[in-house]
Amino acid sequence: MAKKLKTVHKDLLTLAILAALYAVLAVLLYSGAMSRQLMNMLIPVSMYVVMAVSLNLVVGLLGELSLGHAGFMSLGLFSGCLLSLFLNGQVPEIVRIPLSMLAGGLVAAIGGLIVGLPALRLRGDYLAIVTLACCEIIKSVITNLNFTGGALGLNTAPVYTNAKHLLPYAAVLVLITALVMMNLKRSKQGRAIMSIRDNRIAAESVGINVTYYKLAVFVLAAFFAGAAGALYGHCFANVKAVSFDYNVSIEILVIVVLGGMGSIGGSVVAAIVLRTLPEMLREFQNFRMLVYAIVLILVMLATNNPRLKQFFAGLHPGTLWKKWKAGRIKEKEAGSHE
Amino acid sequence: MSEKNRLVDAPSHVKLLERDLDKRPILECMHLGIDFGGLHAVEDLNITIGPTEISGLIGPNGAGKTTVFNLLTKVYEPTGGVIMIDGVDTRGKSTAQISHMGVARTFQNIRLFNHMSVLENVTAAMDARLKYGFGSSIFRLPAYWREEKRAREEARELLNAFGMSKEEETPAGSLPYGEQRRLEIVRALATKPRILLLDEPAAGMNPSETRELMENIRWIRETFNTAIFLIEHDMKLVMEVCDGIMVLNFGRVIAKGTPKDIQNDPQVIEAYLGRKKEAQHG
Amino acid sequence: MSIFLRTFISGLNLGSIYALIALGYSMVYGIAKMLNFAHGDIIMIGAYTGIVAVMNLHLPPVVALIVSVIVCAGLGMLIETLAYKPLRQAPSLSVLITAIGVSYFLQNLALLIFGSEQKAYPQMSGLGSFTILDVKVDGITVMTLAVTAVIMIGLTLFINGTRMGKAMRAVSEDRGAAELMGISVNKTILITFAIGSGLAAIASAFYGMTYVYIKPTTGSMPGIKAFTAAVFGGIGSLPGAMLGGILLGLIEQFAKAYISTQWSDAIVFAVLILVLIVRPTGLLGKKSTEKV
Repeated sequence: MAKKLKTVHKDLLTLAILAALYAVLAVLLYSGAMSRQLMNMLIPVSMYVVMAVSLNLVVGLLGELSLGHAGFMSLGLFSGCLLSLFLNGQVPEIVRIPLSMLAGGLVAAIGGLIVGLPALRLRGDYLAIVTLACCEIIKSVITNLNFTGGALGLNTAPVYTNAKHLLPYAAVLVLITALVMMNLKRSKQGRAIMSIRDNRIAAESVGINVTYYKLAVFVLAAFFAGAAGALYGHCFANVKAVSFDYNVSIEILVIVVLGGMGSIGGSVVAAIVLRTLPEMLREFQNFRMLVYAIVLILVMLATNNPRLKQFFAGLHPGTLWKKWKAGRIKEKEAGSHE
Repeated sequence: MSEKNRLVDAPSHVKLLERDLDKRPILECMHLGIDFGGLHAVEDLNITIGPTEISGLIGPNGAGKTTVFNLLTKVYEPTGGVIMIDGVDTRGKSTAQISHMGVARTFQNIRLFNHMSVLENVTAAMDARLKYGFGSSIFRLPAYWREEKRAREEARELLNAFGMSKEEETPAGSLPYGEQRRLEIVRALATKPRILLLDEPAAGMNPSETRELMENIRWIRETFNTAIFLIEHDMKLVMEVCDGIMVLNFGRVIAKGTPKDIQNDPQVIEAYLGRKKEAQHG
Repeated sequence: MSIFLRTFISGLNLGSIYALIALGYSMVYGIAKMLNFAHGDIIMIGAYTGIVAVMNLHLPPVVALIVSVIVCAGLGMLIETLAYKPLRQAPSLSVLITAIGVSYFLQNLALLIFGSEQKAYPQMSGLGSFTILDVKVDGITVMTLAVTAVIMIGLTLFINGTRMGKAMRAVSEDRGAAELMGISVNKTILITFAIGSGLAAIASAFYGMTYVYIKPTTGSMPGIKAFTAAVFGGIGSLPGAMLGGILLGLIEQFAKAYISTQWSDAIVFAVLILVLIVRPTGLLGKKSTEKV
């Protein structure tokens, strides 16, 4: 029982830290103490956090490789922004933006359902290429339709707004996404999804409906990606579908893997670090992406090296905390003996 | 009790335990078969197992024993014949649906959810019996708390009965081999099966562990009120534990009967036991 | 009719390029069991090497091609040794992320050295052209088709007839068993990378002569298309990669000519999805059934 409570506490702690982070950012933003550079990063980084946490449901929990997450985001972005443009001036912003996020999420969820269907028959690298293909198809379709602005992009200038307006929505979306994923992970659905990842045949043999859960994962992950996309669209005056190709999907996948498969806190931290660091390194211009690539390779080599792995495990806050506590107990025992 | 363990001729020419005669068989297969690209892996198989029977399936390596289990649980779709669970036809049913109908199994090469804790392995198997949806999980509605509490309690009770309460939080993949086999049985029982299929439960066990397993198998039948159908190479276990035995060779049943019948069947001795005896003498 | 023929020939031309790249993808996948996402960027490096060899070093085109093949094969072996070999036992996702890292590295290295504006690939003159049924066929197209055909036949003979080819098949079948039989797995994988990257260099020359302009991100789209082709044909299967590449090139050119240029990519990917839904392991892929 005590152990169960502990994991719940850990979730609450992660959420509390996230909430506190956004509170601090809000204070900085509204008091005018925030630099322009940081201000411009608030919404994109929040979007990446939501994307990474939701992709983690597919990659970390279900164990399927998806290279099409950017496609869902793009679907959500365009449908959400179209609704927002339509409602602009008719309803107040506080209704319009959440509605557009909801609409973006729902449209993306339908996309997730459609992409999830082949996922029932395909696995591994075959599924990866199909999700990538779906993402590219979504890109082509949006680029070639008239009402989405075509190749010139959708003019979102009428609904464009700055971080000061968008931060509350971003904060709520990030917190809701994290909460939903955490709650899901520790429920019968979460267990079912992880059991499919660990051993599909055994999962079926104990009565788990693999089809249902796989589709549910794709739909849910797409919903949050879509909602994040709709929000993201509001910080541009013009959006083009070509900006959301498979490279964006790969970027998010890198965040998920570096943050740790199935770890929600890890995804959040990795998204923040990987999105802010390159911005901070702007002065290095051309070198920064080269450094990023080298760091990426080195991190992969290091984390898969058994000796280094042990070393890093020793540095994990949880382990350090345990060590510290064990040390305290020893001290106390030593003290009581004296 | 002891007279009731005799096998007698049933009206349908199948053999059943006397005490199961008036009950509907939990499993019935008629002319079951599967082709793998022209190869008849299993052919014209007839099985009848009563609701309180411990039945054994033996045969030389490659006889198609595991294939029979895979057919019964619909890992493979049969190319011919009928499988009835408790009198209900299973045609077109998926593996998960077969599980809902009361068939649970273990695997020859252990298939646990390795990265999940022991407790999660057991509660995962209760999926269909926990009545709450995605909404309840996401919003932590009362149904979630109620059902999760029930799941934990039931799972702990099961783990306790199998002496595994201490390992509750251990990832299943890091359990020792014997415990992994035991956890597979616990997980199968968590689905509340009417018939439990055990695929070589004694594989890799030493004699004392095997003895413990034999007692466990009888105990499971009594406690969980389930029929048991097992594949096993350990003849001592099979002969001692099973009420009825079927011998499979080249995908066909070559003999059926009580342990005593099987031991004296010339065909079986030729196909299976004979060879084994020779090997022992040689 | 002449439109059809022209489209068919240009489809074969593009398909040959895809097939050459897909072969590298598929060989590495079959033998090293990894998705080498950086394979597309090897093409880009090959193309830049060709440009430098001809423009700066004033080498004749054929020598430039040989230099480019050597550079790419060496680069492939270097990447395998430094980045992939240490991860042989690691989860496949870690290897994939490393490959993505290598891809970013190569792209940004090229960006630093050659800048972001595109460079023209030196064109081979004097190959001439001829006409069949009113359709003008460039000499370079004929050369592309001929060289691809020779490579395909040569590679098939190599895989089926030589000791190394046998070792490759053994490693792809069962790495552990191959090692026990005395086959050096690391050496086999290294040679696979060398061959795959060398093929990419040849593809880069044809790509450069067909599409002319090269920039640091040039490799990614043909890389993705070739990956698609490899999966389409059945990843891990060499005849599959050849067939997949040629078909993909044909589908793409016919879609461009008869339906719409803008929709051609969408059509290619839609066909891929349909094929995979019907045949989940691609056209010539081995059906893998999980042993229970």
